[in-house]
Amino acid sequence: MEAVAVSDVGLALANIVLLTILFVVGIAIARLRSLFAIVMLSGVYSLVSATWFVLLDAVDVAFTEAAVGAGLSTALLLGGMLLTARTAKAEKPFSRLAPFLVVVVVGAILIYASVDLPALGDPDSPVNTGVGKEYLERHYGDMGFPNVVTSILASYRGFDTLGETAVVFTAGLAVALLLGFGERSLAESIRKGGRK
Amino acid sequence: MNLLLASATVALLLGIVLLLIRALMGPTLYDRVLAVNSFGTKTVLLLGLLGFAMGRPDFLDIALLYALINFVSTIAILKFFRYRSFQVSLSRRAPAPKEGS
Repeated sequence: MEAVAVSDVGLALANIVLLTILFVVGIAIARLRSLFAIVMLSGVYSLVSATWFVLLDAVDVAFTEAAVGAGLSTALLLGGMLLTARTAKAEKPFSRLAPFLVVVVVGAILIYASVDLPALGDPDSPVNTGVGKEYLERHYGDMGFPNVVTSILASYRGFDTLGETAVVFTAGLAVALLLGFGERSLAESIRKGGRK
Repeated sequence: MNLLLASATVALLLGIVLLLIRALMGPTLYDRVLAVNSFGTKTVLLLGLLGFAMGRPDFLDIALLYALINFVSTIAILKFFRYRSFQVSLSRRAPAPKEGS
């Protein structure tokens, strides 16, 4: 019992440290003007938040966050920076105040909503009493995969996942066309190299 | 044993905080690049340690994925600085000034 309490305290401390780092990085991203530093710090932000997801036992979310947030979006943001300026313009005081108010209000609403959430691992929560239980009981006989998440995503909701994949593919294609990773960007760099 | 893991985790977190200070205040961009790069390494180590501290060594797989992804973004950053374009193969040598200008 004693050992469990000690490890719980350690876990809570690790959570607090990681969330503090996230907070500091978020504030810094909002205050910095150099776009490159912002891209770097957003990479840090997603690495830390992915670590935090692992601590919360949401391993699949952490995988996605690490792959998309830390890996791909750094490259995408740098590709976007190739097409724009290096520093952001300073904002007027009012245009800084309005987003701040929105953030405070949304945060207050979220904290208010989180009061009604069931406790972690509560056996009476809707997750554990509704269809989730039936999935847990039936999925292996229906599909034969040992992993529940895989059998729900890839089989019970197969068409849904197919649609999502199409949407993500379309979005990726649109981003690639806009950033011009292909011939346009190559022609651009050759032209620039020739001019120098 | 457990104390060892805990103290290692605390030391790593301290290192992460120091790196964060460098990434936030870093006078030049290269300080920031270096800080972010070693931040990724520290995260990999932290994940491995946390996996053992929480009794779930399978977190090592995620740590491995982080290491791979960190490499992708490092390559992207270096290409950005060197070529200002991603459409350059890694094996290409540095463009030599041929035209004698």
